[in-house]
Amino acid sequence: MTLLELQGVTRFFGALSAVNGVSLGVDQHERRAIIGPNGAGKTTLFNLVTGHLVPTRGRILFAGRPITGLPPHRVARRGISRSFQRNNLFPRLSVLENLRLAAAAGGRGSWNLFGSVARLREPLARAHEAAEAVGLAARLADEVARLSYGEQRQLEIGVALATQPTLLLLDEPTAGMSPEETQRMTRLLAGLPRAVTMLIIEHDMDVVFSLADRITVLHGGEVLVDGAPEAVRADPRVYEVYLGTDAT
Amino acid sequence: MKWRVPGFALAVVAVLLFPRFAGTYPVTLLQEILIFGIFAMSLDLLMGFAGMVSFGHSAFFGVGGYVAALALTRWGADGVNALLLPAAAAALAALVIGYFSIRVSGVYFIMLTLAFSQMFYAVTFQLAWLGAEDGIVGVPRPRILGVDLGRSGAFHLYLVTLAVAATLVLWRVVRSPFGHVLRGIHENEARMQAVGYAVDRYKLLAFVVAGTIAGVAGALYAQLVGSITPEAFLWRTSGEALLMVIIGGTGTLGGAMLGAAAFILLQSLVSSYTERWMLLLGVTFIVLVLFAPGGVVGALRGRIGIRA
Repeated sequence: MTLLELQGVTRFFGALSAVNGVSLGVDQHERRAIIGPNGAGKTTLFNLVTGHLVPTRGRILFAGRPITGLPPHRVARRGISRSFQRNNLFPRLSVLENLRLAAAAGGRGSWNLFGSVARLREPLARAHEAAEAVGLAARLADEVARLSYGEQRQLEIGVALATQPTLLLLDEPTAGMSPEETQRMTRLLAGLPRAVTMLIIEHDMDVVFSLADRITVLHGGEVLVDGAPEAVRADPRVYEVYLGTDAT
Repeated sequence: MKWRVPGFALAVVAVLLFPRFAGTYPVTLLQEILIFGIFAMSLDLLMGFAGMVSFGHSAFFGVGGYVAALALTRWGADGVNALLLPAAAAALAALVIGYFSIRVSGVYFIMLTLAFSQMFYAVTFQLAWLGAEDGIVGVPRPRILGVDLGRSGAFHLYLVTLAVAATLVLWRVVRSPFGHVLRGIHENEARMQAVGYAVDRYKLLAFVVAGTIAGVAGALYAQLVGSITPEAFLWRTSGEALLMVIIGGTGTLGGAMLGAAAFILLQSLVSSYTERWMLLLGVTFIVLVLFAPGGVVGALRGRIGIRA
């Protein structure tokens, strides 16, 4: 079953098209990597899916229902969650509180003005689960500012995961990480539950090939190649765009 | 914080017993501090917790004051209604002003809230029905639940009770799930949206809660001084509340009460010696912001933290 479907999605910034007529479908439980040189429109594509940007043209369907033009919080409530390329956390709150806030986002409990936070058991349990999944169970009480950069990246994923999404969008989860941290992050991502469909933007090809079931290559805002990892690896056009624009 | 509960209890007892040892003027000052403390705490909910700096909080203080004055002079309201009606009116005003203001943030939010409060000033200044520039005078102190607040002891108890109630309610709110959402919005509004919070609705509710409590403060003020004038709506009233919150330490609630005390004491003590009390206030404020950016409470915490 197709979980996410983009139909001719286009986004102009002024006269410039950042994403141009992109059509693609992501199956349920699939792990899809989106790759492409800088400026290929990868993050813009994410922003269009999550409602941070509105498409100039085209339709986006999630679980068969249109989500085109919905504001970010409504998209999130449908079950789409994302992590960001640059850490986007609650810096002065604890790890647990970061996760708990994300976990409580959908519930009515957040409208409680007089109750106790400790009594929000379900979000709290989910926050603990998310911490476990991203390897931060030992750091729950620590303020975000006291985590290492790599741990903050893990928390970035954890916050996205704590909302219990059906579709998880990861924007360069290993950005700025050391080789060791990248390895740990790759293991962590591989270990996430298969029930969560994953769309991942990544520059590190080792990460891409060890995670992705399928790869979409974007170039100049358009889909260049879309296929199984082996096919993409063997495709000469992919090498061309990478070598032609920047020597990754 | 082990000293919080005993410290609070001690302060309440001291404030309750104060009239036994002090004359009329100091007691009036203390009562003014309580009222402006409530007002400043309600602003701190917005500033310190939700990160919404409003420069128009006087709108709700004024609405509360005017409705209380009308209720007591013309509508023959009892003590309970002289609180509930102003609170409801202030809540409604906050709902309307908030609805428009929270669409923008930062400087634009400051300007918009300021503009709304100045509009109230302009309107009350013109309306003969509301006494125009003289406002409403001769506001009596009502009877509440069979107790005559005209008696000074009863009125003092009434004020202390409401100040304690406002403090406890706000303490509870900032620690509730809702309060935590406000902190999240303060920390990172965009991420709150991205994980699924309808941020604007939470901000609006915070604005209404703060406005309602400010309205109660305004109602109490009208009952304390026996009148209300358009001045209540003036930007100066909002500015003073902002100063009180910053002096005391934003995001601490208790600090807002301390800030109100510092401000009002400075104002009354120094102004009896010199006309230039604003100058001294300005200098105090600058020194505080430069050397104790966490306000009085922040400085105290630092001191205690070092000792511990």
